[in-house]
Amino acid sequence: MSKILQVIKIGKKYNTINGEIEAIKDISFDINEGEFVAIVGTSGCGKSTLLSIISGLLKQSKGEVKYNIDNPVIGYMLQEDALFEHLKIKDNVLLGLKIQNKLNKETKNFALNLLKKYNLEKFIDKKPSELSGGMKQRVALIRTLAINPDILFLDEPFSALDSSTSLLVSDDVYKMIKESGKTTIMVTHDIASAISMADKVIVLSKSPSVVKNIHEINFENKDIPTINRQNEKFHYYYELIWKDLDDALE
Amino acid sequence: MLSNEQKEFIKKYKKKKRIILLIQLLIIVVFFITWELLSKYNIINSFIFSSPSKVIKTIYKLYLDNNLFKHIWVTIYETLISFSIGLIISLIISILLYLYNGFYKVMDPFLTCLNSLPKVALGPMIIIVAGANIKSIIVMAVLINVIVSTVVITNGFYNTDKIKLKLMASFKANKYQVLKYLVIPSSYKTIISSFKLGISMSLIGVISGEFLVSREGLGYLIIYGTQVFNLDLVISGILLLIVISYILYKLVEYLEKKLLS
Repeated sequence: MSKILQVIKIGKKYNTINGEIEAIKDISFDINEGEFVAIVGTSGCGKSTLLSIISGLLKQSKGEVKYNIDNPVIGYMLQEDALFEHLKIKDNVLLGLKIQNKLNKETKNFALNLLKKYNLEKFIDKKPSELSGGMKQRVALIRTLAINPDILFLDEPFSALDSSTSLLVSDDVYKMIKESGKTTIMVTHDIASAISMADKVIVLSKSPSVVKNIHEINFENKDIPTINRQNEKFHYYYELIWKDLDDALE
Repeated sequence: MLSNEQKEFIKKYKKKKRIILLIQLLIIVVFFITWELLSKYNIINSFIFSSPSKVIKTIYKLYLDNNLFKHIWVTIYETLISFSIGLIISLIISILLYLYNGFYKVMDPFLTCLNSLPKVALGPMIIIVAGANIKSIIVMAVLINVIVSTVVITNGFYNTDKIKLKLMASFKANKYQVLKYLVIPSSYKTIISSFKLGISMSLIGVISGEFLVSREGLGYLIIYGTQVFNLDLVISGILLLIVISYILYKLVEYLEKKLLS
């Protein structure tokens, strides 16, 4: 697999009137094309900051994010669905295309076909409040996929959902991402979500964070997240990462 | 088909609403009867405090002289004009304050100052600049309305959901797109709610202006009544003003419900 991006010695300091706060110390790793990478760490360790830097939404204080493609299109999925209540589902899905001036017959059909493919066609003229939490997260992912991003960034995508919905939605999201073949980076505090979805889990230390460990997740017969959670190796990885996080807190 | 529990609930709800309305009407009736009796038996000075019967006679006289609706209309007209102008100006200023954060930071203490300043203190200056005419009344009402509405709307803009702002950033939206697709639509409720505040403020401004320069309107009736010691006219003006402000408020509330539904 070829590398799609390299994170090279990234650091981030925030300057405030009360002094300098170092959020990220020194982080380096590579991401391969088509890979699903999860970044885990304790609350406040700088996971979301790191994701914002890699995606170009925030400028790093030092280091470099090197993409091996020109002008990469990024797709972002956030903690909450962030659907706009004043827009119908169809218009929510087309929003990114409209903003990026990419809305044409072809891209519109692509986006609407995604809604159809994931059984949301009958909701296209509904408002977001008429959908369940899980459906809204699926629409949010479709909105992100509609702009045909080169790389997907998921920032704690299930944290706003209750635990049972979160499990079901993670299966749906996983399937949608795998079918799209997109390279994906997800940050989460949930070790189980990370192991059950990702090909690689990067564990961060507490803030100012460094990479504590990188684990390749190799399940035989890798399946959807809820099935992967029952895999015998799941607990092995869980223990490993739990220990990393435990050490990170010391 | 409604269940028996639902029917019972609706019945109780309607009954409660009727009782509240009845009590409200009763308070008004008791107030006017007490007032009339206190005045009739000289427990209160009827020259100063008037009485409902005198008020009715005064209003009827205004009607016979073709003055009643003229004064009411002038006040309503001035209120609606200043409300509309104030709304447009406050929207434009709020948009500028949102688009140019530096401008907002510079203007913030001035807005706070202006907001706490009793705008009626500017009345004499306004009269000198705009003249002793309707223009001064409108300027005064717009000033009172625009500052409060601007503060409310701008705060609404700056309270836009951070997560949605991040989403817009991920789409690489420029600030005009952020404003068009996110900030203004998501502040819709705040903007509409500022209507209620705006109409009340405009009415205050109009009455203050009419006190100072007008020859027409309910404010003029009140100030004229004071000057000629016709306190029946003063109290009639005040009562008419209460009715007008209630109707205007309810109209805006209706508009708000329609626009938000």
